[in-house]
Amino acid sequence: MFGGLRTVILAIAMLMLGIPAYGEEFSKEQMKGLDEQVQDIKADVLGIAAQLTRLEEKLLYPSDTQVAVFLSLADGEEFRLDAVEIQLGGKPVADHLYSFKELEALQKGGRQRLYTGNITTGDHELQVTLSGKSGGSDFLRTEHFTVSKGVGPKIVEVTLAEKSLGFKDW
Amino acid sequence: MIRLLVLITTLLFASSALAAGSDPAPKEAACTTAPRELKDLYYGEALYYAFQGDWFDSIARLDTELWQYHGLDEPQRDSLFQHIDQAEFAVGDFELAYRMHQRAGRAITAVIEGNLEEPVRNTAIFRLARLYFRKDQPVQALHILERIDGAVPAELREDLAFLHAQTLMANGRFADAAPILRQLQGGEGYAGFAGYNLGIALIKDGQELEGRQYLDRNGLIESAVPATLAIRDKSNLVLGEKLLEEDGYDGAKQVLDRVRLDGPFSNRALLGSGWADAFQGRFERALVPWSILAEREITDSAVQEALLAVPYAYAKLGVYSKAAVLYGRALQAFGTEVDKLDASIASIREGRFLQALVGEELKQDGNWVVKLRQLPETPETYYLLDLMASHDFQESLKNYLDLEELRKKLATWEGDLDAFEELIRLRRAYYEPLLPEIDSQFRRLDSRMRLRLEQRDHIEKRLQAMLTAPRPDYLATAQERILKEQLAQIDQDQVEDGELEARIGRLQGVLEFNIHTDYDRRLTEAYQHLHDLNRLIDALQKQYAAFVRVRQAATQSYQGYDETIRRQRSRIGEARETVATLMARQGHILEVMAVNELSSRRDRLAEYQIKARFSLADSYDRAARAEGLKKVEQ
Repeated sequence: MFGGLRTVILAIAMLMLGIPAYGEEFSKEQMKGLDEQVQDIKADVLGIAAQLTRLEEKLLYPSDTQVAVFLSLADGEEFRLDAVEIQLGGKPVADHLYSFKELEALQKGGRQRLYTGNITTGDHELQVTLSGKSGGSDFLRTEHFTVSKGVGPKIVEVTLAEKSLGFKDW
Repeated sequence: MIRLLVLITTLLFASSALAAGSDPAPKEAACTTAPRELKDLYYGEALYYAFQGDWFDSIARLDTELWQYHGLDEPQRDSLFQHIDQAEFAVGDFELAYRMHQRAGRAITAVIEGNLEEPVRNTAIFRLARLYFRKDQPVQALHILERIDGAVPAELREDLAFLHAQTLMANGRFADAAPILRQLQGGEGYAGFAGYNLGIALIKDGQELEGRQYLDRNGLIESAVPATLAIRDKSNLVLGEKLLEEDGYDGAKQVLDRVRLDGPFSNRALLGSGWADAFQGRFERALVPWSILAEREITDSAVQEALLAVPYAYAKLGVYSKAAVLYGRALQAFGTEVDKLDASIASIREGRFLQALVGEELKQDGNWVVKLRQLPETPETYYLLDLMASHDFQESLKNYLDLEELRKKLATWEGDLDAFEELIRLRRAYYEPLLPEIDSQFRRLDSRMRLRLEQRDHIEKRLQAMLTAPRPDYLATAQERILKEQLAQIDQDQVEDGELEARIGRLQGVLEFNIHTDYDRRLTEAYQHLHDLNRLIDALQKQYAAFVRVRQAATQSYQGYDETIRRQRSRIGEARETVATLMARQGHILEVMAVNELSSRRDRLAEYQIKARFSLADSYDRAARAEGLKKVEQ
């Protein structure tokens, strides 16, 4: 009954090498062809995304009234960012709770566009509230800046830091 | 258990082709980093998404930025100009990470052929080659690697060398891979993996003895790193099984017994160790590893075999009654497992496997097999562990998950287009009744404004001319003009009266005197008035321009979108159909792979059941005969 021990051992070795042939099988060429089609549809959908972004911007945020608030993290900051809330002209317009991945992306130098909206020309008060944790204790920091909106899109960047927030008018 | 599954996933990655060797840990992250000083916030935003592994959004944003940049008349004045080389590279880099190697290949090839620094260029080549290798296209991967030239970043050297060796092995060039792996052995990054692959390369190259020596040496390395310990176990297992095949039982046992009892390869090692004894008739000793193995997770193929091997050993030792009992127990266990496998196969065919794969709980990360196992209503994924860690399955799964993500995005966008159309309808309904009256008022104001502007221009021209040809009369006041006319009229109407004539002459002289002597002051004052007027006109023109902009914006807020939205809707519809078709095909492949694997395991168990039944009957017979003989002897 167990005369074919060598066969059994070979079978074990075969198990390590891959999937035994059984039933319907797919050739490498079929898999590659499908993979290429998946890549093609990814490219198509990316094209649609780019068109939609342009359409959305034109429709919802015309350049005359557009304002965008970007956030970055100051170099060397080690505090844990929990949340940010921004108010424009005294009204809360955006807030965000940060995941570890998002915090890491900011630490690596990425910029987060937290808010895109519309405002009239003139000066507007921007209030930024940051909450985080440093050295085991929670802290909250609120600072005010002025956004001067003229003709054309307005882009501002707020640099988050434990001690004080930075503001740059782009 | 979770650690075990992670290790198996890591070690079995790309194991469908043993020739390609083992990789310590597949890394998907892109290599693009943020510039020291960022000049373009939108580029920074693309990086923000890329740093989170959100490749679709990072590519979409960067594509938009690059499209805008290349559409500019003077791109050198755009903020992206400072980062354009990095951005062109980054988009290809992100596409590689998004496994779009065809498009990324073109982008990165363009970058490679561009005027880049050697380390950046070589990094790009490495990433492109690695993707081709992972896509199971080793010929292209090797072709790309051959373009490496010059300086390579220090942190990439080991990775590049290891990839080169793997690619050479996958192309059957084992002799060329060996020297590279020899050099890598001392490094920390590939401790154990270089030695294992070197052993395999040498064996495949026909240098059997030397290859085995490397595997043997690799099976003794000291380390506290789980992945290194696991590859050490794998070296021992591969070598031990080779020795078993060649009847080198003592050597095989010695090597197999080095495998840790709690490692991912311990089950196969225990099974082999038992067979090494059994082949030499040492069944009592074989029972030691087999008995340990028989108590383990039954879905493992080695454990299932041990359930037969243990009673087989007892039978060989003449303990037939014990053998019969254990065969009965194995039969029962196999029956339960066959039922579970049948249920799993049915579950897969009902689509539950694919449902589980795209569930929100399961995201693409290193622990996806573990997470899948923890999901409720998931087929017996222990049976699918090897399959799920295989390259083909992983690539198919990633494609399926990417397609699912595209499907969700397209569905959301279709909803967005509905919202846009509603917004446009509301804007049109608001503006259209208002605009005719506004336009009419504007036209009236516009014509008045034009008239005033013409007047201003006329005054300015006159004042300019007066600088070179003074005309005091132009600056006479209204009162002076009236007086002048009145005096002229009196002079004309007068009767001969010498005294009156002289008086009129004096008055006209006074008037002219005042006009001429006050000319400079009046000219200065006129210029001040013109200056004040210009300020008012500037303000008026600003207001005018603001009105024109707002008026245009009002129309543009609802006009001219119909065609764009219709086209987008059509593109989205077509893309949704394509995604659905591709998901069905990709899903079918995944299901077939899973069903094939489970069916294969089920068939193996069915064979075991037959063997167990025969052996059970045989053991009972022998036990009964032995019992009979005992009675006769008594």
